[in-house]
Amino acid sequence: MAGFNKVVGSYEEAMAGLSDNMTVIAGGFGLCGIPENLINQIKKMGTTGLTVVSNNCGIDGFGLGVLLEDRQIKKMVASYVGENKMFEDQLLSGELEVELTPQGTLAEKMRAGGAGIPAFYTATGYGTPVGEGKEVREFNGRPYILEESVTGDFAIVKAWKADRYGNLVYRHTAQNFNPGAATAGKITVVEVEEIVEPGELEPSQIHTPGIFVDRVILGTFEKRIEQRTVRTA
Amino acid sequence: MALTREQLAQRVAQELQDGYYVNLGIGIPTLVANYVPEDMDVMLQSENGLLGMGPFPTEDEIDADMINAGKQTVTAIDGASIFSSADSFAMIRGGHVDLTVLGAFEVDVSGNIASWMIPGKLIKGMGGAMDLVAGADNIIVTMTHASKHGESKLLDSCSLPLTGAGCIKKVVTDLAYIEIADGKFWLKERAPGVSVEEIIKLTAGELQVPDHVPEMKF
Repeated sequence: MAGFNKVVGSYEEAMAGLSDNMTVIAGGFGLCGIPENLINQIKKMGTTGLTVVSNNCGIDGFGLGVLLEDRQIKKMVASYVGENKMFEDQLLSGELEVELTPQGTLAEKMRAGGAGIPAFYTATGYGTPVGEGKEVREFNGRPYILEESVTGDFAIVKAWKADRYGNLVYRHTAQNFNPGAATAGKITVVEVEEIVEPGELEPSQIHTPGIFVDRVILGTFEKRIEQRTVRTA
Repeated sequence: MALTREQLAQRVAQELQDGYYVNLGIGIPTLVANYVPEDMDVMLQSENGLLGMGPFPTEDEIDADMINAGKQTVTAIDGASIFSSADSFAMIRGGHVDLTVLGAFEVDVSGNIASWMIPGKLIKGMGGAMDLVAGADNIIVTMTHASKHGESKLLDSCSLPLTGAGCIKKVVTDLAYIEIADGKFWLKERAPGVSVEEIIKLTAGELQVPDHVPEMKF
């Protein structure tokens, strides 16, 4: 069954084929569940002109923020981007284009894109700047706007465990946008904390079936925390 | 006296009901979690993909893979569930969340809300706010009644870009509890010690005032 072995041995191999001006969909929320080493590999490759679709754009020096350092991102599609100075600077200087997209619409764009649905109607954003210029249609007396789905040349995903067939399980809230992103890439690359034998993951508990996954690589992760909040025991 | 942030949260908490699924926004709304009555079960939804959010972790419990929508480390209660962003917004957009509490810059008599963008200042994005206001039937906005400069935030028509159109029916400010219906604000309660005149003065949109306006009770 070598045909189903998705495991690759290096990050170079994992991101092979990525070239300038491609669209990359990335999983993660804030710094939680981001494919940090795959992002670093893109930084290393120096690919430019990228359109990146992700809920956020990391912070200065970590996560997608590192791709701003050498101006590799041409356009960012995200719901919230306030956490990095470099982002702000490039936005204000016009070097970076941003398409602010409501978080739920962004999640649905990925889900629908991966499911072969090119567009969908949503009430989110109707009557706001997000709805401007978009087709409006009423259903049951309520107006909805038409939003187009997204697919990527690449999707980069972080999961907890995978088997070599590419079946994935995510850990806690590091799941977030990762399952959606995984479905929406022409080439979906996943980095994981552990690779287990086929059969070790309970089939009914798998979050992302391997059919959506093209490459799996074993990584080690810093897992930086953005807001460390604690209570006293 | 105008309500403190804690009192605002306390007043909003009076709108909770046993068995409610609730999404609390960042800021004052988050404080509402501290005032859930002892005899009531409420499950908190965090839009990054957690239903059954618990308190902050102890130092030993901190886990980078367990955060809330404010990107803060949190815990999950027994009986919590964790899911994808797409499922999370299916709950929100699909109207399955019983109560949403969020802050705002402005609301108006048509139930419009502006909470995400001030033109000319840095624009960070709307996050999940547009989905939350579009999807929920029961939304409470919490904010101060007026800006620091004494400008009303309850207007005839929002001046800032909207987060949602015609979706707000209840507003709890530091001065009053107000409902929105038929293109007007309706004064329902006033903060203890705050006069009706003061509320009228700081409400720019058309305000209906009944003969008797009860004080909020805590």
